[in-house]
Amino acid sequence: MSRSTPLSNRIENWLPRLVLAPSLLVVLVAVYLFICWTGWISLSSSMIVPKYDFVGLNQYVRLWSTPRWHTAVFNLFVFSTLFLALTTGLGLLMAILLDQKIRVEGTLRAIFLYPMALSFIVTGTAWKWILNPALGVQKVVNDLGWTSFVFDWIAQPTFAIYCVVIAAVWQSTGFAMAIFLAGLRGIDNSVIKAAQIEGASLPRIYRTIVVPMLRPAFLSVIVLLSYIAIKSFDLILALTNTGPGSATEMPSTFMYSATFRRDQMGVGAASAMMMLMTVAAIIVPYLYSELKESRDGH
Amino acid sequence: MSTLEIDRARKLYGDLEVLKEVSISIGTGDFLVLLGPSGCGKSTLLNMIAGLEEISGGEIRIAGKVVNDLSPKDRDIAMVFQSYALYPTMTVRQNIEFGMKIRGVSRAERDKAVKTAADLLQMTHLLDRKPSQLSGGQRQRVAMGRAIVRQPKLFLFDEPLSNLDAKLRVDMRTEIKRLHARLGTTIVYVTHDQIEAMTLATRVAVMKDGVVQHLDDPQSVYDRPANVYVAKFVGSPSMNIIPAKLEVKDGNAIAIIDIPGAATAQLAGIPVSSQAAAKYAGRGILVGIRPELFSVTGAASAQKLSVNIDVVEPTGPDTLALFQAGGVEVTARVPPRAVAARTPATLAVDTAKIVLFDAETEQRID
Repeated sequence: MSRSTPLSNRIENWLPRLVLAPSLLVVLVAVYLFICWTGWISLSSSMIVPKYDFVGLNQYVRLWSTPRWHTAVFNLFVFSTLFLALTTGLGLLMAILLDQKIRVEGTLRAIFLYPMALSFIVTGTAWKWILNPALGVQKVVNDLGWTSFVFDWIAQPTFAIYCVVIAAVWQSTGFAMAIFLAGLRGIDNSVIKAAQIEGASLPRIYRTIVVPMLRPAFLSVIVLLSYIAIKSFDLILALTNTGPGSATEMPSTFMYSATFRRDQMGVGAASAMMMLMTVAAIIVPYLYSELKESRDGH
Repeated sequence: MSTLEIDRARKLYGDLEVLKEVSISIGTGDFLVLLGPSGCGKSTLLNMIAGLEEISGGEIRIAGKVVNDLSPKDRDIAMVFQSYALYPTMTVRQNIEFGMKIRGVSRAERDKAVKTAADLLQMTHLLDRKPSQLSGGQRQRVAMGRAIVRQPKLFLFDEPLSNLDAKLRVDMRTEIKRLHARLGTTIVYVTHDQIEAMTLATRVAVMKDGVVQHLDDPQSVYDRPANVYVAKFVGSPSMNIIPAKLEVKDGNAIAIIDIPGAATAQLAGIPVSSQAAAKYAGRGILVGIRPELFSVTGAASAQKLSVNIDVVEPTGPDTLALFQAGGVEVTARVPPRAVAARTPATLAVDTAKIVLFDAETEQRID
């Protein structure tokens, strides 16, 4: 008895660590080790295969003198700004409307959330057809009689990136809506009643009381959407394949083609590091301020 | 002038009638408590007064004006909720100011009103905190401050003390009473706690299944409950309801109660009209006796019961003695150490305060 009790206690103490160990190991190797490895490669002169020498920041200089990379960075900026703003805004609006105790709410919620279940490849392919002037929206409107109607953004270099925004917003809005809806459901109904009695109009109640209470939901939505925006790769490939020309190039597609198509592994690694630093520069301060505040008890 | 008249108000959810023609009328400065168990419709009635629920039938008038179709903000009311309903992202000051800001009150006036309310509720030091940094009692105080600055015709309280611990509840109860005395505003207060109702109210409406069972001042509700339900709901321990037989001797009503293992008790001097006594003579009735009507010594004129005490429960200031009479368990409140368990005792009853109920309808017999 005196021996078996400490043993079972010891197992109990170690069990959580044992269970967590494999995933921790995988994360350490597959994420952090390869981040370090990529960082190292970005400082080497690697071309088609990794080379472990040191050339300082040469690859970064080459990267930033590539016009295609400038396009990619600009596109990422346009895409993530619009994608985040539209998805958050529409998701919040839809959640507020769904929260008004309407009929068939469950069905509507499922419909809005359904695009999230598709892969970006499917979304990209479907929207490629919808946006194709000869097959999709333009053709339908033309066939209905409005023959002068033109909607060919996907074929125009200046507008093609907005097509990517449309498809990505369509895919992710339901998801943002679901998170906001959960947040709205957590709000004590009597808070809204109290504001009503004080004479506040419904838009004002939402603007000054309800939306500020959704801060945790905003945190989740913004973090998850930024990550979707920056890693967006499959959607671009399926929808526009970085075209027309290189008009919809994004850092992720640039990194892929530099590393695996154009045998410039060093430049590819440098672009990957730039992406990592961008993400860190945006997310880390945001996370820090939000988490710090919640630790202080708000 | 801030009277409240509820005139045959009804509330239907589909075919379900949760309020059945409720009529209550109170005057300026009254403190009306709607008392009842959960599901009796008391909160629904309060929400209808506030305008948060539609009125399916009848009328509600505040200060003589029909408010059926007025939105909550136009009814000149302020409400305090059970969950406090403070705006969590605003400071205490912003919470109190919010309504005035919406009504476009000037900054100087807002500051003055906030200061007055904060002084009144002794929370000046809390004004720049967020609700999450306050204790339950402080939050409740802020909620009341928010209601006070509105200077409404009618205050509505929806179980405001239910979320507080027992000691704080007693303190806040006193505070609400003091507030009412100072402001003199008409108050409607919903609770399921009969002690809150007794201590605070000037008028109590005991409700059950959407019907007002008894509407009167608290002492009358306690002394002469309208029916067995009210008798049992108000008072702790509740009123003893003992099956008995009524007999009339020389025009005086006498209640005859069987007591196991002892002589039948014959209680005379019960206040009941001679017509009622004649009507119920020789029939079974229910005798309502509050536990404190029993005494061990008893006045000379008091009627006596010889009983066998089963259990004794000391509460400190006095002792509850339990015994069998008329086939039910009866509780008597007697001085400490006056009786012992499993021994016979003779208890006197102050029969002038006994209430009789009809055995079938359970309504009071006058």
